Amino acid sequence: MVAVTAQTKLDAGRLRADFPIFEQEIRGKPLAYLDSAVSSHKPRQVLDKLRSFYETSYANVHRGVYTLSEIATAEYEGAREKVAQLVNAPEARELIFTHGATESINLVAYAWGLDNLAPGDVIVVTELEHHSNFVPWQYIAKRTGATFTAIPLNEHGELRLDMLDEIARLGNVKVVANNLVSNALGTINPVERLAAWAHEQGAIMVVDAAQAAPHHAIDVQQLDCDFLAFSSHKMCGPTSVGALWGRASLLETMAPFNLGGHMIRSVTLEETTWGQLPYKFEAGTQPIAEAVGFGAAVDYVTDVGIEAIEEHERELLVYALDRLADVPGFVGYGPSPDRRAGIISFNIEGIHPHDVAQVLDMDGIAIRAGHHCCQPLMAKLGVAATNRASFYLYTIPEEIDRLVEGLHKVNKLLGP
Amino acid sequence: MSEFDQMYREVILDHYKNPRGHGELADADAHAEGQNPLCGDEVSIFVAFGEDGDTIDEVKFSGRGCAISQAATSMLMEMVQGRSAGEVASLPRDELLDEIGIPLTPVRLKCALLGLSTLKLALHKAKGTPLPEEWAGASGDLDLK
Repeated sequence: MVAVTAQTKLDAGRLRADFPIFEQEIRGKPLAYLDSAVSSHKPRQVLDKLRSFYETSYANVHRGVYTLSEIATAEYEGAREKVAQLVNAPEARELIFTHGATESINLVAYAWGLDNLAPGDVIVVTELEHHSNFVPWQYIAKRTGATFTAIPLNEHGELRLDMLDEIARLGNVKVVANNLVSNALGTINPVERLAAWAHEQGAIMVVDAAQAAPHHAIDVQQLDCDFLAFSSHKMCGPTSVGALWGRASLLETMAPFNLGGHMIRSVTLEETTWGQLPYKFEAGTQPIAEAVGFGAAVDYVTDVGIEAIEEHERELLVYALDRLADVPGFVGYGPSPDRRAGIISFNIEGIHPHDVAQVLDMDGIAIRAGHHCCQPLMAKLGVAATNRASFYLYTIPEEIDRLVEGLHKVNKLLGP
Repeated sequence: MSEFDQMYREVILDHYKNPRGHGELADADAHAEGQNPLCGDEVSIFVAFGEDGDTIDEVKFSGRGCAISQAATSMLMEMVQGRSAGEVASLPRDELLDEIGIPLTPVRLKCALLGLSTLKLALHKAKGTPLPEEWAGASGDLDLK
């Protein structure tokens, strides 16, 4: 008897047909899109949901007495349930809709940080952080007088956990902020371990899951983090909406962030009282249709299967690294394939990333060239910029083949 | 060949691989450094004036960066040779862009103008020639000193 696994392998070729953007040509060539780390494309299922919502169900939510408002509210709250379930939040009211992962992190930095940090306290980020999980903390540290420090990396692009004891000696560690997956190197970070250490120190654990959530299963209860930030646009959903999951016990005692309509209970000349979770943190008219689209994106991605996506990307990663090793001058950064996500940061010796990306664009291949919003990391690597290729559920091996061919062309055109 | 395929056309590649005026000047009359922090293009410009203290007698650049930034600066070196400081200080950027001769996206525009911005700063520092504002936008993200 042969054991049959229930998990179906992902068929990227078939899934690709769900994405209208792949129907067009770029410079006369089919689009080879290797930049999903920056943002993902949208399937018809999400686009259709956005359209039908606007055409049949749209209204402002929560306060209306009329039918359309009730329908729209049910859709919006239904989307919240889906997004909350995606990360295994204990309660949907802990899932705040924001405008994206960056805003989510700023919310915590301001609304929690300003009231809870003082000189002698320490905020710990890492050298791997995207600016969105680095700059807000650096700023709040300056505002409050807290110390700002970063866990350094080893030469494989992994966090040096051996430095934690030394960091603990800097003061009262109150915040540990880390990305579960590095957008630049693809490193998968030991967030559970960091969360445990953070709690030992009496600190909150803030996880930037912008790069992780679209590609890997997230369980906030298992991670035991206190806050988790992610975005819709990286997981097949529309832009302008994202989420912050936070422990109710923390969210309830935090100051509000944006204030105004809808996040209040009562308003008088003398005093205003705040509304309940999650509305306390959802001031004004939210991106309603976008949130509904986010819910549809969660449906799409969970139907495809997060584990299947992860496995698919790992296969592509192994294939890509193998083929790229034959490109003269190829320099790769980051950990081994078993310790990273479907992201490859690299340089071609002697050729500037802008030129690499430009030549590839001439053949319809999209990669990213630059510092990937990780200037501290680039400084650590000793480069100003790298090229980055990244994969998603619709990436096919042919796109990697075209990348490799393109890089040979780059060498031919611009090499020594 | 589409217009973008021309981006790496012969003359650009030639200037990139064989840059004119590459090097440094030990006793430069004017000097400035420029960097595009977004991508790491760097350029260092050195100017020596002729006897009248105004004509650009020798001009050199050193640095590293993308093909567009290095090629554009190389073309610039050829263009300004023998011209007066005042004339070069007010050199319209379109004159350089016409010489480069290809359409540039906003991102690559910054690469192309790095050398010109740095040269104008060098002249400003040495001779007080004006820094025109019209390209302040394009050079706003550049570190010039």
